[in-house]
Amino acid sequence: MEELLNILSELHPDVDFTCQEGLVDDAILDSMDIVSLIAAIKDVYDVSITARDIVPEHFNSAAALYRLIQRLADED
Amino acid sequence: MLFTSYEFLGFLVVLFILYYALPSRAQWPLLLAASYLFYGCADPSYLLYILATTGTTYGAARFIQKNADRQRAYLKAHKQALSREEQQAYKARQKAIRRRWLVGGLLIGLGNLAVVKYTNFVISNLNGILSALGQGEPLSFVTLAMPMGISFYTFQAVGYLVDVYRGTVTAEKNPFRVALFLAFFPQLVQGPISRYGELSQTLYAPHPFSARRVARGLQRMLWGYFKKLVIADRLLPAILVLTGDSAAYSGAYVLVGMFFYTVNLYADFTGGIDITIGIAEAMGITLPENFHRPYFSKSLKEYWRRWHMTMSFWFRDYVFYPVSTSSFMWKLTKFCRSRLGSQVGRRVPVYLSSFLVWLATGVWHGASWNFIVWGLGNFAILMISEELEPLYARFHRRFYVDGALWYKVFQVGRTFLLVSALKLFDCYACVGETFRAFGSIFTAGNWHIFWDGSLLGLGLTLTDYGVLAASTLLVVCVSLAQRAGSVRDAIHSRPYPVRFALWYALFLAVLLMGAYGIGYDASQFIYNRF
Repeated sequence: MEELLNILSELHPDVDFTCQEGLVDDAILDSMDIVSLIAAIKDVYDVSITARDIVPEHFNSAAALYRLIQRLADED
Repeated sequence: MLFTSYEFLGFLVVLFILYYALPSRAQWPLLLAASYLFYGCADPSYLLYILATTGTTYGAARFIQKNADRQRAYLKAHKQALSREEQQAYKARQKAIRRRWLVGGLLIGLGNLAVVKYTNFVISNLNGILSALGQGEPLSFVTLAMPMGISFYTFQAVGYLVDVYRGTVTAEKNPFRVALFLAFFPQLVQGPISRYGELSQTLYAPHPFSARRVARGLQRMLWGYFKKLVIADRLLPAILVLTGDSAAYSGAYVLVGMFFYTVNLYADFTGGIDITIGIAEAMGITLPENFHRPYFSKSLKEYWRRWHMTMSFWFRDYVFYPVSTSSFMWKLTKFCRSRLGSQVGRRVPVYLSSFLVWLATGVWHGASWNFIVWGLGNFAILMISEELEPLYARFHRRFYVDGALWYKVFQVGRTFLLVSALKLFDCYACVGETFRAFGSIFTAGNWHIFWDGSLLGLGLTLTDYGVLAASTLLVVCVSLAQRAGSVRDAIHSRPYPVRFALWYALFLAVLLMGAYGIGYDASQFIYNRF
């Protein structure tokens, strides 16, 4: 989780990602951020997030995104 | 049968009566019959195209679904017997089969669109190349019907097929339901581009009569007719004059035409969508919103989250994300990172995918270089803004202007100017003419047209200007009021005489100030031609 928070902070240093629950709904993360994020996650966690998984529920908070990473890692 | 024709209003009245008089299980079949009647009235040959798209989409989706169901059942039955690797290998084989059906369905659907929309554009460019090389006879153009709204229903079909492939929706077993999803008449010709998962929730459901819901639908339609007939169609003659002869109407005239067209397109397209959503709402069906006060955007990026939203989101979900997260893009990213550094590698998937999206968005809007340059112009500005982000951040750390009202007004004004300038590509015959016209704004120096009465020679009288100014001001005020919530709900909370007076005044405004009458032919909606 610590690594994920670091990745997110690199994208938006001014945002406190530990308490945000509407990263997509509140337009904090846009589509370009999400693609950069997915590339960084692939690097760090070796997990491939596909277009099918890119829905607001998975990207609205750091916790939800971390759950997605864990699920995909388990499936692999 | 245009939305603005008397025939269409008659068609709607009969349909609404039948819709609520018939048993509720007959409502969606009635809508299918009405949709095909509506489309067939435009041109019977259009029906062949939509039937072909419907058949292909239905068939491919069913095959994909059956394969997915079979895979699930097989793995459940052989869970103990198969190793993890054998299960993975089986899944991969089945996925490859489903992918073949998906690609086949997409090729037929998009191929259909490509042939009718782009064949003559390709021939025209080939002729240009042949002529430049001084070789051979020019190729002949082909005569093909360009079915109204084909871009919209093809995109809905593609979205449905991809969603079934991804497993986010279950393929519909009833082909007539798929036919209605693609042909639902209010949205058939200019969107919004609906998703099956959302629209199917209300499209096939029974809808008992509700006076409140019908009234709300009619109110939204009335607001749409106001924007279309009082603003858009009143402005159109002047725009045709201004853009029809760029040599005679250069300089300040281009600026006038640019703003007129920006207002016209907004009133035309959002008016059409209001009518569309209002018709559906009157029948209990929920369509997605397509606009969120776009001209109040503070950046081009924000504008594209608020203008023609269903198209932007379609490109994002079905082009941008799949391309940018594909294994090819990942390999390319790694390659660029190792050769050119991490900064370049990080940008590759975003920039390349964005380029493809904006190229496709331009091509989708029309078979012309104007639209392609318009799309790539948007791409260039968005990417430059992205690169300038650190500079903006430094500026905001130094100067505390971010929350200031004047700075917001500046940002909105800047975005409005940018968007209006880009829309010029839609107004002129070719790219060169557009650039020449735009350049003349800074060189012609004919600013006197604003006070010497020249603007009265564009086909608009002083009364027209008065009506346009008052109507546009009303639209701006309503947009501002929408920030606090639904304006219709606010009106509904007022005493009955007040709300009756307001809606009746709007009705009278459409009746008295709408651009129609004997000899007047209400123009087609701009987005019908896409």
